[in-house]
Amino acid sequence: MITTPLLSILRARGKQKYRTLKYPNGSPPLPDRFLGKPVISSTSCPKDCTLCITSCPVAAIQKTETLHIDMGVCLFCGNCVEACPNGTIRFSKDFHLASQDRGSLVIQQREGGDNVQESTVPSPRRDKIQLFRKSFKLRQVSAGGCNACELDCNVLSTVAWDMGRFGIQFVASPRHADGILVTGPVTENMKVALEKTYRAVPSPKVVIAVGSCAISGGPYKDHPEQMNGVSSLLPVDLFIPGCPPHPLVILEGLLRFLGRI
Amino acid sequence: MYLKLYFPSFQRYFREWGVSEMRNGESIALKDLPYLEFLRFKTVLQDAVRTGNRILGLWAVPSGKEYSMFGAILYPSTQSVEILHSTVEKTYPSLTLDLPCLHWFERDLSERFGMIPQEHPWLKPIRFYKGEVGKVEFFQVMGEEVHEVAVGPVHAGVIEPGHFRFQCYGEKVFHLEISLGYQHRGVERALTNGPNERSIHYAETLAGDTTIGHTTAYALLMEGLSGLLPSLHSEWIRAISLELERLANHIGDIGALSGDIGFLPTQSYCGRIRGDVLNLTALLCGNRFGRSLVRPGGVRYTIERERLDILRGKLREIENDTISAIELFFETPSVRARLEGTGIVPTDVARELGLVGVAARASGIPMDIRKDLPWGFFRIQSPSVGVHPSGDCYARAFLRWVEIQESFRFLHRITESFPEESSMKETFPSIDSGTRTYPFLLPDTLGIGITEGWRGEIFHVAATDREGKFAWYRVFDPSFHNWIGLAYAMRGGEISDFPLCNKSFNLSYCGHDL
Repeated sequence: MITTPLLSILRARGKQKYRTLKYPNGSPPLPDRFLGKPVISSTSCPKDCTLCITSCPVAAIQKTETLHIDMGVCLFCGNCVEACPNGTIRFSKDFHLASQDRGSLVIQQREGGDNVQESTVPSPRRDKIQLFRKSFKLRQVSAGGCNACELDCNVLSTVAWDMGRFGIQFVASPRHADGILVTGPVTENMKVALEKTYRAVPSPKVVIAVGSCAISGGPYKDHPEQMNGVSSLLPVDLFIPGCPPHPLVILEGLLRFLGRI
Repeated sequence: MYLKLYFPSFQRYFREWGVSEMRNGESIALKDLPYLEFLRFKTVLQDAVRTGNRILGLWAVPSGKEYSMFGAILYPSTQSVEILHSTVEKTYPSLTLDLPCLHWFERDLSERFGMIPQEHPWLKPIRFYKGEVGKVEFFQVMGEEVHEVAVGPVHAGVIEPGHFRFQCYGEKVFHLEISLGYQHRGVERALTNGPNERSIHYAETLAGDTTIGHTTAYALLMEGLSGLLPSLHSEWIRAISLELERLANHIGDIGALSGDIGFLPTQSYCGRIRGDVLNLTALLCGNRFGRSLVRPGGVRYTIERERLDILRGKLREIENDTISAIELFFETPSVRARLEGTGIVPTDVARELGLVGVAARASGIPMDIRKDLPWGFFRIQSPSVGVHPSGDCYARAFLRWVEIQESFRFLHRITESFPEESSMKETFPSIDSGTRTYPFLLPDTLGIGITEGWRGEIFHVAATDREGKFAWYRVFDPSFHNWIGLAYAMRGGEISDFPLCNKSFNLSYCGHDL
């Protein structure tokens, strides 16, 4: 049999098939142990029980009159679920985590029923974003990220997710970008580089914070070596929580941000 | 004296009576650590290296006006580690002159504590702990047509930040200097006085792409210090997840190399297949990087029979796709031609610089913690270790392919045997009524945890104080040893070789910067 590189390439191409995910059509591919949006049921907790609060490594759970969890801080480790004796806290499979508004990342204890489908997703603001609806170029800046968020952003460019089909793309130069996507808590040592990159992006521009670190500092929250997230430096237009966020969470966040879904 | 010169291993025997010899994951009371005079300390390190053993790390802790200095030697022949302990003044004679592999460690000491290793050939900061960021006196080549190329800290791709400074003559690179520290988050400092609720999350994010490797090293160390004993079942799950991590990253690396060569088919296939492997890790624990899977004392999630069947089925599918994608890569002549002879690190240089992991094995040095210092399930079964003598980008790519195949074989083999249902109940042990995620540790004890991550050896070492809290905690990511290897590989190469060399090493910035 004649083997030439060209034939081998064609043969391999046939074997590898068409693998781009159907999303946003069809059911999204999530593992059964995936921890999505947390739900705090209305069961009243025993008085003075603080097991969930003390089990949280980053103090994402607070109790005022009721319990609330800040997804922008949460590491989605599930310690609170393990600690809670009543099953008050659980993590749903809901992957609609992204939000333009920092405040709506805080999950409140449910007053009435325990319906997961109830939408807490705010509709996107349509101002400058309208401009980027069909073509959205991003410059990614890792500012202390551990390479997990970076890799799950990167994976969106592979044939499986193929973010390019929605007109979204990572570009090499901030000059070519419509905004920056920041991962990591913003280390002191990256502060200047991040600011410079932001300034190099032509206006109007957006800032997207991906991962708990970029939103609040994540596991490094309150370390003097970092800035507790991007908001301390730049105005953030979209928050995508997770540690790291599943690629689906990031893609869904971007698409909803652009008003594409 | 004669005895020392000619029979260094005898010396070792007489010196300690085997007291400070440790297995992986064991601990030793600080008072049992033999104390050596600094000259002796140096001689022992030199003897060890000369007889083909390796130095895992060198670190120091301030104690009063002086500094306690520690060194760790790995003896592959006995599968043991020896911890050396000495005391030095702020100014001390540099070890780097005789042991070049320690140069980065001494730079670290000097930056951290202001220690002065006298006659260190290249003393400068490595992480910008203090001082102005980005202000480095780079080594410069002078000459009329010599020019400098500066890259970073923000790079063109979606990767972590670091700065590269090339001294070029036309396309030719005379010298590359790598300046890191942009990712410094203060993890080691924060681990001190631990363990606490956050400690495990520091371990998981030391290098996010090596979550399993680092967390297993942390767990080993914690188990040695606390006496927790993970079950065989959880050791089995740790081994599976570690190999999945290796598979995902190696496959991704070959894809990325392919992209930098400009051979797009393998780039797009491998990019996707890498994601498929990450999804297998997510099948085990819900997270694609293995977060919340490994915990001191065990694992958080178990693998049931049905899950194992899914895992095995998917593994077969992924293996077929991988074979087709990567065989295509290596049978394409233009791909091989681009890789061969690019970025050579010869064996003797690799040994002198103290390279570890894939980079060392690709330079012909057989070393692998899974063999040299087995832990957990690798004490029962371990994959075979390959080496490649050429030390170029081809070697580093091909060795990854060899390791991918071996990891598949290993995974098939160990997923056939299935620890019995009776041992299935065990998951993460709830410590102290379930609210603490960490155990109590022995006081005044030194513990080690060493694993073979996909990049190479990961070394965690810590000592506790009187209350059983970490008095200090040190982490050595394989990248700490290997960044200098990348700089060396570029010598005399073309600047267009840099993406290839960089991907063939694929080192961690945050694992180095900590």
